[in-house]
Amino acid sequence: MINEKDTRLSKAFITVSFIALFLGATAGLLQTLVRGGVIELPAGIGYYQLLTAHGVLLALIFTTYFIMGFLYAGISKTLGTLYEVPLKTGWLGFWMMTFGTGLATVFILLNKATVLYTFYAPLQASPWFYIALVHVIVGSWMCAFSMWRQYYIWKQITKKKLSPLFSFMAVMTMAMWFIATLGVAAAVIFQFIPWSFGWVEKIDILISRTLFWYFGHPLVYFWLLPAYMCWYVVIPKIIGGKIFSDALARLSFVLFLLFSIPVGFHHQLLEPGISHSWKFFQVVLTFMVIIPSLMTAFSMFAVFETTGRRKGAKGLLGWLKVLPWSDVRFFAPMVGMLIFIPAGAGGIINASHQLNQVVHNTLWVTGHFHLTVASSVTLTFFGISYWLIPYLSGRTLTKKMHKLGIIQTVMWAVGMFLMSGAMHLVGLFGAPRRTAYTTYSDHPQAAEWIPYQAVMAVGGTILFLAILLVLYIAYYLAFRAPKGETEFPIGEVEAAAVQTPIILENWKLWVGISAMLILIAYTLPFWHMIEHAPPGSQGYKFW
Amino acid sequence: MHIHKYEKIWLWFGAVCLVGFLSIVGVSAYAMGNQPPSHMETLDPKTATATAPFDKPGLFKKGSKEYEAVMLAQAFTFTPQKLSVPVGSTVTFKVTSTDVVHGFQIPATNVNMMITPGYVSTITQTFTKPGKYLILCNEYCGTGHQVMAVTLEVTA
Repeated sequence: MINEKDTRLSKAFITVSFIALFLGATAGLLQTLVRGGVIELPAGIGYYQLLTAHGVLLALIFTTYFIMGFLYAGISKTLGTLYEVPLKTGWLGFWMMTFGTGLATVFILLNKATVLYTFYAPLQASPWFYIALVHVIVGSWMCAFSMWRQYYIWKQITKKKLSPLFSFMAVMTMAMWFIATLGVAAAVIFQFIPWSFGWVEKIDILISRTLFWYFGHPLVYFWLLPAYMCWYVVIPKIIGGKIFSDALARLSFVLFLLFSIPVGFHHQLLEPGISHSWKFFQVVLTFMVIIPSLMTAFSMFAVFETTGRRKGAKGLLGWLKVLPWSDVRFFAPMVGMLIFIPAGAGGIINASHQLNQVVHNTLWVTGHFHLTVASSVTLTFFGISYWLIPYLSGRTLTKKMHKLGIIQTVMWAVGMFLMSGAMHLVGLFGAPRRTAYTTYSDHPQAAEWIPYQAVMAVGGTILFLAILLVLYIAYYLAFRAPKGETEFPIGEVEAAAVQTPIILENWKLWVGISAMLILIAYTLPFWHMIEHAPPGSQGYKFW
Repeated sequence: MHIHKYEKIWLWFGAVCLVGFLSIVGVSAYAMGNQPPSHMETLDPKTATATAPFDKPGLFKKGSKEYEAVMLAQAFTFTPQKLSVPVGSTVTFKVTSTDVVHGFQIPATNVNMMITPGYVSTITQTFTKPGKYLILCNEYCGTGHQVMAVTLEVTA
């Protein structure tokens, strides 16, 4: 059983995460209805204001808070009850992040920060919006320090060379997060805050964008890695199988650390001021994640097949049938996994040196990340919630909730098929993303996009209903379900699997290589940006 | 580290795909010249409208069926607002922004680039089909972002 004090920390994070989910999803529903031409917003609410709320609350807040709640629960489970310092630092992190989240939300609602969650300069929000962001980032660092500390104490006490797989993955995820957020923190602290207060007049736009995207791509892996933790460690246990290979799982996380950061230029492929050779170099590094992604896919399906065959499944695909499809703890992440196949392929398209030109800043991209983060990751997080919430609240997941969870997952898949599918298609035709309802003065080309946008609204509505359902399930599991004990499923490694090489847990080595790759990929082009920088820009508030 | 035979096959398949993808992308970039717009020229965004060639934005004929379009992106329009070229023309767009970051996209073509204040972005496109093409901003630039578009007419 998890220590009561530790459950409180996890519960706090998960509570905020679900509040953010509700607010962000409400904004999302309204956006799809506006863009579909179904409604017009009442005066005083702007489309881009909603879009800012949607991005900040879902991409940054819902995800980060859920990840913290999940990681803390898993660390407490695998490394033991949190020691005093890690626990206190964790709470410090929670309150810093929550202060930042509250402040940012207020300034977005006041329409003082309608700059979208990417806050590209020289659009200039209120300085308090940037101060809020710093609190979220630095608060998350406190959580990273706290988890690392717990891991360090565990190692000191047990004198073991290898830590439990879950905790290794948690430490790795937070290491990647810390290295990545250094970039965005530098931009916010040294560029945006002094500039928005008026202490300096001008900002260097290209440098701020480069620092943002140095963070922006690993951000997507920060969402993904905790989902992978569920796939690698939790799912095998749920389906009654074993982890395929501990070594392979760790190796894939090492590769994600190395290849998720020095790749930000593939978000800046169409920008002036960065030479195409450096862009190409980072495209090559981006593509390297194909290797750990395929390793993950292999491991997962190897677990499914070996487990199925042990249960007596026959034939080439007989093992598929014996998987526990009616167990929502498996079903929701599994649907997320299946969605990741087209989602990953779309990602390769986006990162391609030339194809990016066809899809950049079109609705295709919006469709893409609604498959990755908003389906693969989100469905996995929902799948985790179905056992994590009762585990924390000392209750049980009832049969009825299993059923509702499965309905929720199906609704999500259908809603997303419509919304993301329409976004992909209309994006290929050229419809831009992040744009309110428009006909471009009745231009015939834009008129062709409207029916797709209406389909997006239908999908968005189904998704919103699915959100209401998952919120009900979460509420029920937290406060209403019958009391009892729920397990935190942690898989065991296959007996025949090879011994894990200790080098995989050599942090100095991997963080060192990661730093080296970052320096190689960024030093020269970044130096060029500074040396050949045009005069900076003053701030604009065009909303 | 021992790796399962099937997994070895799978990883080799992945590695071959990777090399294949990168070769296609690399050959297209370096042998066929399909590079993303990466112009390095800079200027002061504050005085852009007084700096040549942006002091006189417009469409200029450079040869038979060859044009240069010097354009300004400003919240929430492009200047010039109307352009017209005969079919088969090759147009080089030279664009800068006087205020915030904008996008420059012509749907149904591969014209798509970012317009960053302080930098000049260029891209070249041959228009082989007549019609009224939209030139639109695809990067959020403020409340009027959704109306930021002009037309390029390609006449038969």
